[in-house]
Amino acid sequence: MMHTAEMLKVFAAHRGDAIVVPGRGGRHWVKLSTHETLDVPVGDPAMGGHAGFALGLALAQPKRRVVLFDSEGDILMSLGMLTTIAEQMPTNFYHFLLDNECYATTGGQPVPNAKNVAYDAIARGAGYPRAFAYDELEAFAHGLPDIMAEPGPVFVALKVLPEVENSPIGRRSRWQTRTRDKVLQDLRSELGVGSAA
Amino acid sequence: MNDATTVALSPETVLQHMKQAGVTDVVWLPDSETNWLYMLMKAEPSLRLVGVTREGHACSIAAGLYIGGRKPLILIQNTGMMESGDSIRGWLHGLHVPVVLMVGYRGWTRHGVNSDTAATYTERFLHAFDLNYYLVETDADAPRIAIAFEEAERLQRPVVVLVGDEYHGFNR
Repeated sequence: MMHTAEMLKVFAAHRGDAIVVPGRGGRHWVKLSTHETLDVPVGDPAMGGHAGFALGLALAQPKRRVVLFDSEGDILMSLGMLTTIAEQMPTNFYHFLLDNECYATTGGQPVPNAKNVAYDAIARGAGYPRAFAYDELEAFAHGLPDIMAEPGPVFVALKVLPEVENSPIGRRSRWQTRTRDKVLQDLRSELGVGSAA
Repeated sequence: MNDATTVALSPETVLQHMKQAGVTDVVWLPDSETNWLYMLMKAEPSLRLVGVTREGHACSIAAGLYIGGRKPLILIQNTGMMESGDSIRGWLHGLHVPVVLMVGYRGWTRHGVNSDTAATYTERFLHAFDLNYYLVETDADAPRIAIAFEEAERLQRPVVVLVGDEYHGFNR
């Protein structure tokens, strides 16, 4: 397993001018990113929706790469989304999955069949033309340049160490540096598509 | 309203309103009455169809499309809308997405007694989720579709069009 922050450091060198939806890696990504206005750390509007949100961005902005750091808990809620993505076949969509085998933000309870799910196989079966799985950072770092050099959609399952939170939500420290509305305003301004609310 | 002298809401009318509103993408899951509309939409080059497998997915996709500069429409049935509650809350209300949801009003009837719980809970759900809505049953009601689009833009929030007589007058 790899640490999410270390994995994101490796990714950062290959980000280019991609839109990044950091999902549950947001707390680390905000410290690493050098292009904040193309980052979309929207938090967790409703669990299971990150893949759809990133797909919508990718379809709306076909000339710009969209990178999503999804989680296994999210995608398990919306496996059918994989077929929708595969049908739309957005060539600018790079779908990474942070698989820590548990619901880390609720105390670390395991997801169903946590250690025996091959998410790359599910994605491939749903129609993704390319899908990979990495357990170790070194192998991921070796494979990443080729992953990013080829068109999407591509799915990359990553085994990451759980960072379990078990304190009441209201007592957790905030890592966000901007409000959600500001995040969306910044992105739309950067993309030149008008103002968000 | 909605007797033999009225004209049932036609799929051509619905499509015309979509185009007038500048809809670019229809995020949808088929319901029992929308196949005629599907065939029209599929033949319309200005529209992209994004099919989903569960209605809640349509909310996050529509949010991404809107933030990215497109104008999506969500086309689902009331049963799926109720399934989508948390996605409506989080992705549509939460991100202030000015999207119109065209929702097939399964079970709706203005004759006799409703016998379908899908209809029983539809408007209660809309009130609970603070969604303004307009009921459309015939072509004469169709200007309400334009009102819904205008309201969504003005208020920067989702607005629902309830399709109470889905494209062929099955409630008659």
